[in-house]
Amino acid sequence: MLKAQARFHPWAMLSPSLGLLLVFVLVPLALAAWQSFFAWDLLTPAVPVGLGNFRALAESGALLGTAGRTLAFSALVVSGATVTGLALALLLDRPGALFAWVRSSIFAAYVVSWVAVALLWLWLLDGDVGIVGVSLRAFGLPRVGFLTEPALVVPTLAAVTTWKIAGYAMIVFQAGLRAIPASVLEAAALDGASGFVRLRSMTLPLLAPTTAFVATTSLVVSFQAFDVIRIMTQGGPAHASELFVYAIYEQFFMNLSVGRASALAVVFFALLLALSAAELRAFELRGRTRRERSLP
Amino acid sequence: MTRSTKARLAAVLAVAVGALWVGPCVWMLVTSLKPLAEIVRDPTALPTSFTLSAYREVFALVPVARQTLVTVFVAATIACVQIALALPAGYALAKLRFRGRRVAWMLVLSCLLVPEQVTFVPVFLMLAKAGLVNTLAALIVPFAASAFGIFLVRQALDAVPDELIEAARLDGASEGVIVYRILAPLVAPTLVAFGLVSFVFHYNDYFWPLVMTTDDSVRTLPLGVALLREPGTGVRWHVVMAGSVVLSLPMLALFAALQKHLLRGTGGD
Repeated sequence: MLKAQARFHPWAMLSPSLGLLLVFVLVPLALAAWQSFFAWDLLTPAVPVGLGNFRALAESGALLGTAGRTLAFSALVVSGATVTGLALALLLDRPGALFAWVRSSIFAAYVVSWVAVALLWLWLLDGDVGIVGVSLRAFGLPRVGFLTEPALVVPTLAAVTTWKIAGYAMIVFQAGLRAIPASVLEAAALDGASGFVRLRSMTLPLLAPTTAFVATTSLVVSFQAFDVIRIMTQGGPAHASELFVYAIYEQFFMNLSVGRASALAVVFFALLLALSAAELRAFELRGRTRRERSLP
Repeated sequence: MTRSTKARLAAVLAVAVGALWVGPCVWMLVTSLKPLAEIVRDPTALPTSFTLSAYREVFALVPVARQTLVTVFVAATIACVQIALALPAGYALAKLRFRGRRVAWMLVLSCLLVPEQVTFVPVFLMLAKAGLVNTLAALIVPFAASAFGIFLVRQALDAVPDELIEAARLDGASEGVIVYRILAPLVAPTLVAFGLVSFVFHYNDYFWPLVMTTDDSVRTLPLGVALLREPGTGVRWHVVMAGSVVLSLPMLALFAALQKHLLRGTGGD
């Protein structure tokens, strides 16, 4: 730690950044919370309604519906991305050009725009002419409305999201795997532990912090899902794919209801914070009990 | 299982898994190269001939050059300004003793937790009041300071010994020289990785430009390409896929050229 120099005070160096963060992050956050207590359509003056926005959203079922759909979607994406990412890392973290090329191809999906990925899967899953449906029907399977069947649309969007971000999870797991000293696993192998036992009782516990990181980042990504919904389903069919961000967007831009949009944003933020904290805590606890159990 | 059969099995599996990612992309490319007549006759049949007509149509429907320019300018400006602001802020937080340092650090950390989807309504209303909707400023200024960037720079500077800065001060270097001329090169790998990730994110971003633009004046390429699907009767998939290829190629090229830096930025090795 060094002494600050008077002519370049630390606060002067921090103020451009902190000023911008205040104006564009913290003040808007406070404003969103404040505006959730008003009914405001942007045309007439705002009217204070207390918890009216929350009550109206709850009574219409929109709040519970949106929260439930978002949670289902997130559960699928978090488990999908974590399991797929780990499986890919275990399979593909090998020397050789073939494996490097496959790794790069999978990670490439993470680098390109959500717009391109959403348009691509919209085309692949098209009910009439999509290659997925056409192939399934060629094998005599029935027509499946991946994006038109209310029960299927959230799992389908979760699968597309997982497809896009699995490469990221894979890279993070790969770094985690490479950080495990080879000698540890070799010693276990010499002691006669089979590959499966080594994976379950050594690799996975040692990867707990990595898993927590992947699970938390996928949780945040899944909560922020918007592009795939806006491009592939517009929240349909019959609101079945209306997740939080899309619902906020719709309340604001279609219904011009600043209050309802803000109320949804408040619940969205509270839920995301609570889940991230719970997830990190769960992994921390599990990591600790595993470590304790593995002691002699 | 012997070691070599195991390796062969892994290779076969890798090819099968890779096909799940490469296959859709190949199909995107193949579709984009099909002539209209073949798309109309049988959208899923393998093409008998290739044409660039879908690409010509994309360039006719979307001002690709203009929108690419806007998109790259926005993303590059954001990345550069974020780095320029994060360096002194990260330096102050990592190296200097002053009143309120903890408060400043907590402020930065708390901003890390707030997604833009929570704050876009107030920010939009603010920018609308200032008459900034449909301007480059609305796309750039809200992201000019990055809490994540400050966080990363602070972590990187923690590893730089204080003696180095003391020596520079004895040589008469001002804090500005120390931050931008001496420390910046030392943490260059962090800066490059962060800048790249930020550039890619903002080049690809769909949500913010969608919210902040209502006309063509500063529309970015992801919006232009997404619009290809919307107009008129029946989706012409070869044009939509050609647009997706046009949108994706620059990022794929960037990834191919700078894979190492990009992977470091995303937390890999």
